[in-house]
Amino acid sequence: MVSTLETRQAVEEVAGEYKYGFVTDIETVKAPKGLSEEVIRFISAKKDEPEWLLEWRLKAYRRWLKLEEPDWAMLDYVKPDFNDIYYYAAPKSADDKPKSLDEVDPELLRVYEKLGISLQEQEVLSGVAVDIVFDSVSVATTFREALKERGVIFCSISEAARDYPQLMRKYLGSVVPAADNFYATLNSAVFTDGTFVYIPKGVRCPMELSTYFRINEANTGQFERTLIIADDDSYVSYLEGCTAPMRDENQLHAAVVEIVVLDNAEVKYSTVQNWYPGNKEGIGGIYNFVTKRAACRGINSKVSWTQVETGSAITWKYPSCILQGDNSVGEFYSVAITNNYQQADTGTKMIHIGKNTSSTIISKGISAGKAQNIYRGLVKVMPNAENTRNFTQCDSLLIGDECGAHTVPYIEVKNPTAQIEHEATTSKISDEQLFYCLQRGLDVEESVSLIVNGFCKDVMKQLPMEFAVEAQKLLGISLEGSVG
Amino acid sequence: MLEIKNLHVEVQGKEILKGLNLTINKGEVHAIMGPNGAGKSTLAYAICGKQGYEITKGSVTFKGKDFLELEPNERAGEGAFLGFQYPVEIPGVSNMVFLKTALNSVRKYRGEEELAAVDFLKLIRAKAAELEMDPEMLKRAVNVGFSGGEKKRNEMVQMAVLDPAFCVLDETDSGLDIDALRIVADGINRLRSPEKSSLVITHYQRLLDYVVPDFVHVLADGKIVKSGDKTLAQKLEKDGYAGLGINENAA
Repeated sequence: MVSTLETRQAVEEVAGEYKYGFVTDIETVKAPKGLSEEVIRFISAKKDEPEWLLEWRLKAYRRWLKLEEPDWAMLDYVKPDFNDIYYYAAPKSADDKPKSLDEVDPELLRVYEKLGISLQEQEVLSGVAVDIVFDSVSVATTFREALKERGVIFCSISEAARDYPQLMRKYLGSVVPAADNFYATLNSAVFTDGTFVYIPKGVRCPMELSTYFRINEANTGQFERTLIIADDDSYVSYLEGCTAPMRDENQLHAAVVEIVVLDNAEVKYSTVQNWYPGNKEGIGGIYNFVTKRAACRGINSKVSWTQVETGSAITWKYPSCILQGDNSVGEFYSVAITNNYQQADTGTKMIHIGKNTSSTIISKGISAGKAQNIYRGLVKVMPNAENTRNFTQCDSLLIGDECGAHTVPYIEVKNPTAQIEHEATTSKISDEQLFYCLQRGLDVEESVSLIVNGFCKDVMKQLPMEFAVEAQKLLGISLEGSVG
Repeated sequence: MLEIKNLHVEVQGKEILKGLNLTINKGEVHAIMGPNGAGKSTLAYAICGKQGYEITKGSVTFKGKDFLELEPNERAGEGAFLGFQYPVEIPGVSNMVFLKTALNSVRKYRGEEELAAVDFLKLIRAKAAELEMDPEMLKRAVNVGFSGGEKKRNEMVQMAVLDPAFCVLDETDSGLDIDALRIVADGINRLRSPEKSSLVITHYQRLLDYVVPDFVHVLADGKIVKSGDKTLAQKLEKDGYAGLGINENAA
């Protein structure tokens, strides 16, 4: 049964405000506005980078100048003015980098507390090592020493460029080439920071690694770059969380994540993305144009993407797996929530190259308000990929009758032994479900949160424990003021 | 406990209840019988505040409060429980989580503390055992893949856990075999006390052999046309609605 107008109005009245919409007043050092070779040289110099990396950036920039911004996604937005963006902003106090948490700008630490990620608490209680990217510079990296004992490298990508040039030169751009696509190429030219992870042979990373990204400075694009290398027989679980303050103008976020997985190794990458989605009228919000890709190069290697996307005005994101090694496994679990005027065009690509490779795609899209939610996914089986398997399930949940859900699957099979399954459903939160919950005493918000969490359960259970709790709450918060 | 005066209810512009009066005192069990389409379910939904059931005239007073002013969840908080004729499925939400959320919501409304996890577990296991429900069912998603009988039994478990002051049971007996019927009746009888009341809506007299009502009302064409004691139900069983001069297909 279709939900009634009253139901939706009732929920709209209890609409919540964006919880992380505060701005922190910290002095920053910025590069001049706009993009040019000079700005790239400025960034590279600020980061004290080796010459080869500067050349790599410049080459990407020259390439980028010739590229057109893609428009094949089902997204409707004003294209960003790339010359009206600051490509580099760093907290001033970071010029002399903190050696420990005691030296971190207390104002900054208060920001993290507001975000609910008190470093000290996380350090002591949860045993999660956190690399925090505040605007462009990694300001605090905890647990590095403990990880170092196992040979695990967990540092900012700028440090890696200086301290681990061999690994960087070998793997940077090896999964997402500098010329891959418009946004990835832009990122290659101007990436300011991000995380570098190397797990040596045979090591199971003793803790979950976590990075919190946060855009603070107005008119700042954030272009972080993450590179994760899991050497033979290793394992790591990596968590990424994002929030951004509330602003009227749109801010650009164009990140690149590259993952290399070697023989028998496994990487689990979990994201909770809660960038500012814009207000109820669709003003402001983050443009989230992200290229994430994992290469399962080794035999029996495995990569698992789990994402909970609740924020951003525009999301353009397809975490992908290149299943090159025989018997390699790719997984993609996604929850994407769009409310008000949010638009998300998201999904995955599973490229089966090796024999006996398998992939699983579970996508849950939830649309409310006037939002549009698109699943776009490619399953490709190459001629030599014998006995591959893919299972895809795309479920859409509609709340109200002004939003949209679209499923755009692409399936290209060039080997007859492949087994491909695709299932898709679209449903609505019915008045019957809502009334059932209300009658048992739950209020409208609790009811919606419960029903939506149930709908997303298959994905939510993939999240590590400490993330799952936050993500569950986020689902409820994101849909406040939506239902019907 | 519950006082309904001159209740008129419209659904999608069509008047279904046309001036219904009913008073239920503490400790009483009332049964409402009537032909299909008489407005039995509409009465249940109107009492509990379902959207789309528009009250155009009349009043519903519960424990002295104007019930029509309250949201459906507030009515639940005040102690009204509706046993659904067709309980809905909520995929991915376990019975256990659902019940815990419901119980804590109701407790919060009443200004009580949330129940500790251990105490909740004890409570829910005890209630499931009383109603002969397999504890494994508590882990399953609410009503998903349940048989008709299992869904109705699940309603009884929810009712027992929430321990309401007033229950409306909307054809809870429909589609049940005799064993399931006995369990449902048992669930209702367990909640009988001088402090609690219920309104049992049924199409057949069968349930009333197990849940003996204090009063029986016959609802036809949006009004209560006849009231009596349990013998009225027996008379209906014998003579049918036609015996009361009611055309069963009129509505």
